[in-house]
Amino acid sequence: MSLLWPNATVWPGASAPSTSAASAGPIGPGSQPVGAGGLCLGPGQHFGAEFRRFSLERTKPGKFEEFYGLLQHVHKIPNVEVLVGYIDIHGDLLPINNDDNYHKAVSTANPLLRIFIQRKEDADYSAFGTDTMTRKKNVLSNVLRPDNHKKKPHIVISMPRDFRPVSSIIDVDILPETHRRVRLYKYGTDKPLGFYIRDGSSVRVTPHGLEKVPGIFISRLVPGGLAQSTGLLAVNDEVLEVNGIEVSGKSLDQVTDMMIANSRNLIITVRPANQRNNVVRNSRTSGSSGQSTDTSLPGYTPHTVQNFHPEEDDSDEDDIIIEDNGEPQQIPKAVPTSESLESLTQIELLHDSTQNGFIPFSEVNLCHSAGNVSMEYEIHDPDKKSLEDGAIITL
Amino acid sequence: MRRFLRHGHDPVRERLKRDLFQFNKTVEHGFPHQPSALGYSPFLHLMAIGTRSGAIKLYGAPGVEFMGLHEENNTVMQIHFIPGQCQLVTLLDDNSLHLWSLKQRSGASELQEEQRFTLRGPPGSPPSATQITVVLPHSSREVLYLGTESGNVFVVELPSFRLLEDRTITSEAVLQRVPEDYRNRRSFELVEALREHPRNPGHILIGYSRGLIVLWDLHNKRVSRHFLGSQQLENLFWQKDGHQIISCHYDGSYAQWPVSNDDRQLEPLESKVPYGPFPCKAISKIYWQTTKNGPPYIIFQGGMPRASYGDRHSISVVHGSQQIAFDFTSRVIDFFVVCNADPAAEFDDPSAMVVLAEEELVVIDLKSAGWPAVHPPYLASLHCSAITCSHHVSNIPLKLWERVISAGSKQNSHYSDMPWPIDGGTNLAPDPPQRDLLLTGHEDGTVRFWDASGVCLRLLYKLSTVRVFLTDADPNDNMNPLGEDEWPPLRKVGSFDPYSDDPRLGIQKIYLCKYSGYLTVAGTAGQILVMELNDEESEHVVDHAEADLLQDQEGYKWKGHERLKARDEPVRFEPGFQPFVLVQCQPPAVVTSLALHSEWKLVAFGTSHGFGLFDHQQKRLVFVKCTLHPSDQLALEGPLSRVKSLKKSLRQSFRRIRRSRVSSRKRRVQEANSKFDQDALQEMELAPIQRKIEARSAEDSFTGFVRTLYFADTFLRDSSRHCPSLWAGTNGGTVYAFCLRVPPAERRMDEPVRAEQAKEIQLMHRAPVVGILVLDGHGTPLPEPLEVAHDLSKSPDMQGSHQLLVVSEEQFKVFTLPKVSSKLKLKLTALEGCRVRKVTVANFGSCKTEDYSENNLAILTNLGDIQIISLPFLKLQIRYPCIRKEDVSGIASCVFTKYGQGFYLISPSEFERFSLSTKWLVEPRCVVDTQEITGNNYLHNKSGMEKATRKSRVIALSYGERNSRRIHVGHGLSNGGGK
Repeated sequence: MSLLWPNATVWPGASAPSTSAASAGPIGPGSQPVGAGGLCLGPGQHFGAEFRRFSLERTKPGKFEEFYGLLQHVHKIPNVEVLVGYIDIHGDLLPINNDDNYHKAVSTANPLLRIFIQRKEDADYSAFGTDTMTRKKNVLSNVLRPDNHKKKPHIVISMPRDFRPVSSIIDVDILPETHRRVRLYKYGTDKPLGFYIRDGSSVRVTPHGLEKVPGIFISRLVPGGLAQSTGLLAVNDEVLEVNGIEVSGKSLDQVTDMMIANSRNLIITVRPANQRNNVVRNSRTSGSSGQSTDTSLPGYTPHTVQNFHPEEDDSDEDDIIIEDNGEPQQIPKAVPTSESLESLTQIELLHDSTQNGFIPFSEVNLCHSAGNVSMEYEIHDPDKKSLEDGAIITL
Repeated sequence: MRRFLRHGHDPVRERLKRDLFQFNKTVEHGFPHQPSALGYSPFLHLMAIGTRSGAIKLYGAPGVEFMGLHEENNTVMQIHFIPGQCQLVTLLDDNSLHLWSLKQRSGASELQEEQRFTLRGPPGSPPSATQITVVLPHSSREVLYLGTESGNVFVVELPSFRLLEDRTITSEAVLQRVPEDYRNRRSFELVEALREHPRNPGHILIGYSRGLIVLWDLHNKRVSRHFLGSQQLENLFWQKDGHQIISCHYDGSYAQWPVSNDDRQLEPLESKVPYGPFPCKAISKIYWQTTKNGPPYIIFQGGMPRASYGDRHSISVVHGSQQIAFDFTSRVIDFFVVCNADPAAEFDDPSAMVVLAEEELVVIDLKSAGWPAVHPPYLASLHCSAITCSHHVSNIPLKLWERVISAGSKQNSHYSDMPWPIDGGTNLAPDPPQRDLLLTGHEDGTVRFWDASGVCLRLLYKLSTVRVFLTDADPNDNMNPLGEDEWPPLRKVGSFDPYSDDPRLGIQKIYLCKYSGYLTVAGTAGQILVMELNDEESEHVVDHAEADLLQDQEGYKWKGHERLKARDEPVRFEPGFQPFVLVQCQPPAVVTSLALHSEWKLVAFGTSHGFGLFDHQQKRLVFVKCTLHPSDQLALEGPLSRVKSLKKSLRQSFRRIRRSRVSSRKRRVQEANSKFDQDALQEMELAPIQRKIEARSAEDSFTGFVRTLYFADTFLRDSSRHCPSLWAGTNGGTVYAFCLRVPPAERRMDEPVRAEQAKEIQLMHRAPVVGILVLDGHGTPLPEPLEVAHDLSKSPDMQGSHQLLVVSEEQFKVFTLPKVSSKLKLKLTALEGCRVRKVTVANFGSCKTEDYSENNLAILTNLGDIQIISLPFLKLQIRYPCIRKEDVSGIASCVFTKYGQGFYLISPSEFERFSLSTKWLVEPRCVVDTQEITGNNYLHNKSGMEKATRKSRVIALSYGERNSRRIHVGHGLSNGGGK
């Protein structure tokens, strides 16, 4: 294995091209480390690009912040703000800026995870996205001739690290086409969820024919609120489920309380009032042309099939404890046996993939829409990576 | 639900659950809300009360009670027992008649509705023709006479309710024999009274509203006598010998009419306006009770001088020269007189008068000098002053029980010692398994101690905190002390007094330590009193301390009520609980949580501003902690935000009104034809009620509100040493833990108690913390203070690691101790949309295995459901709907006992008792028997009942009654005993 990847790509800085170097990072004591390399713009150098190489434990990648710290440590740039990106299996340069895409990145390492680091002030945000790698045939040429990209100034919307999913459509594969399951991600308190619900009535197909039954509907979206900004919910959409629990038979107040209690990770299944924007799936296009009506689907029972498990969702596990007037800390999950963890990459792993409130990526088609930058994760076979597990890279 | 289905299908556990849990609403304690009718059976010695919501309740000897509910939920207008039967007839305001029976099933009697009937006239007749005004069950038990608005008296057969048309007494037939000139003056008029001749069942007396009274001969179907009254008639009464009738009238007069064979006697013997000469109000009911030696008792309702006393609710008793107008605190619904019921007896010899007023039952002993009131064993007016909180203590040690009773008996010395006169039926319920106290706090600053062990909720002792404070109203200023010469001779009776002199006196929290006799109560103006039980009267100064909960806050101005002024001089306290220290919170906001640790001699209290710990041994404030959030402070003090909150509350109340309208509309829609369905639904959609969906933020108001306080001896700092600790939970989802250092007993007075904050937990879902509990190494809740010392509980396991259970309104969470890490949780709101309103640890015993019991959480949700959740694994065991979710005050008033029972208010004056346990069940079980036996009656002789029964037998024998009545013992009792 070479230390220098032949097709290593560096996205050009706005000011100066970078040179590259390689280094090896510390190796954790874990059993299944994954190789990872770093390409970093040297902080003091104009043409500084350096490569580092180090290992991570694939099964316990830890948190993004730790990883970020690790990168800064490896490249000895403790106070430099950087952007982190990686090449996925399709050759796309994708950002690493939170725990989720970091975990995703680690899980796709094949076996090496190629990571690109760029000083923030020099960042070129357009570099991210699909086909970025194929578009830019030669990394080095880009690095060496940065002028190529200067001719087209692009609008900087915000820092990639500020991107995070605000909403997603999930479970498309198991829901009837007339339904939509929307996940709203609520971070902090900066943006209100911003919608209202009301009582109403909807028509159901029952054994006794059509029947009007009471239902819960979205009555208003607050301008600028999270719900409105996603574009996935609209006034008069009927709410069918909240985090996997059917709302039928529940009062408006009950549903309100359920939504508020789940507000940090709210998953609502709606029947959109506007049925023209429904997702049309390939698998179904032959049989149904969108005419089948929702609840009349005989075999559809939302409780039996769903990809997320509300009872295992621990998005609100981040209760805080202050001991003896010290610093606030998150309350850890009690573990039966506590090991002493030394490695930087293994500092108290409080979350595993099912606990951090996110769905395993292999099951989900995530569609982030934030601003006009879109990112897509494609489904890949999770078994593939197991072949590569166990490779320890040493210098 | 999935999680429970997944884990819950263990058949062994399912079977065990059936042995442990069972939901029953067992008995209603207190006084029926809005009573509307009263009935009494001199034969059964049972009293019946009907209410405006269609309930009827029967009461006899203590413990004997039955309840029935008319399906229609209409007001019960009249109740009449069928003479000599276990049956009664009720008249509702929809003019329907209902026949109820007491039937025996497996040894106990049950009240059942048998028949219903609505009197219908011929087609085309006006509804008033059949509108029933009076009901007379005939002593033959075969027919009912029904007086109507039209003046006709209809006869229906019992129990079939078949109308006997040929026996109808029409007003035409009656008027035939009335003199011409009188007949012209009085046309048709409604029947006001029907009375059977006391000696001759073949005659009934009919009184018409315009004053005409006739004696009707049933056999010959003709008027045998008539009495031409000139005043509008209110009611009639027969003298026992049948020689005289007494009529009472609208103008406040009553008249005696001789019943002689001389048909020309058209004028009354005597006519009297007892409270004349000025215009008086009507006398609506009158009793004329003869006595063997002495003048009769004339007892009448009303008749007060219209101008000066027209607003009084009075019943006057006249006996020779004695006359008292009993002045009731609320409207008199009806009354009856308990007298010698034997039809063969020569005299009435009245013993007691039973008055049903709108808010209480008052019984007057007519045998004892001065006519004192009798202390009722049931039907207590819980709402004498509005109930503001309640606290239940199970399994009271005998010593404390006796001391409370002795303190209470000194307060009840003004009551008559006559045995309870309404003593029908036999209580078959087993003796209560333990002594339970229910303490209710009231708006007027009193705490009432109720014996809640059995079916009868009985007042044991009343404690007033008023004397500690200087209030505008002088507590010694008794209600009108009447001079001898005053007229009318009014005497206030009853205890209903809903008007509080000072709302700040209201009791908000109560905690009683049953082992030490320490009691602490806290009130509306931030006052906390610690009391000790003293059997002697005492006069002392109450020590006084202040707790400034805003110590390090600046620029805060309290805009609520002022704190109460404490008396500086010594105050005299009667035997009972006597306060020895008073702590007043500053600002004087309502105390929202209270905890007492009688072993450490510490009391903790919390308000919306913070909480504090007071050492009541050294009488020293240990510490205070302000829980106000910076923005909270603004919300509380800023006048602008106050306006906002007012607006908000107005908005909410409008919303509520609108919602209730919609929901009532909804209900009607369901009842109406489907044709209107669509319109109604469309209408609903036009005016939708909306709910905003927003995550809670830390900036929400009232986050500092302290909801719960808890003392625990646990591992707070390290796992090797446990120490006393105080835990507090706030409305904003914060839990504070303080490590306490309590000096050992021998140096308790020398060294100060110290406290240091050890932990602060912020729940991210920020829901109000309603309960905190520490589980020991076995997962068992820590015992109460002194419980172990009194050998009533095993010592907690201090070897294994302790766990902390935090119950918020939305979630249950278990954390490890001393290092806090989250171990388990149960999300209630996220899954079901309901919120925890009340939570307690209850012990459930198995009804099958004597020695098996387990501790579980019993919770009440905002939807009125009760759920049982296992400890320590937080698995939902079972759920029962209990209270309507609209019944907010019912849900707020709910209190659980430690053994799986509970109480909640179904009206301001009634507690419903329920049981979740198969083992601990307090419900009425009684029998009323009518089998006539000749010869000696034998009496039920069982422990608790013994004394009372003996006494009543003495009376019964002296009256020579009860020949036709038997008190049942039989197999029912052995059933009860074996239960």
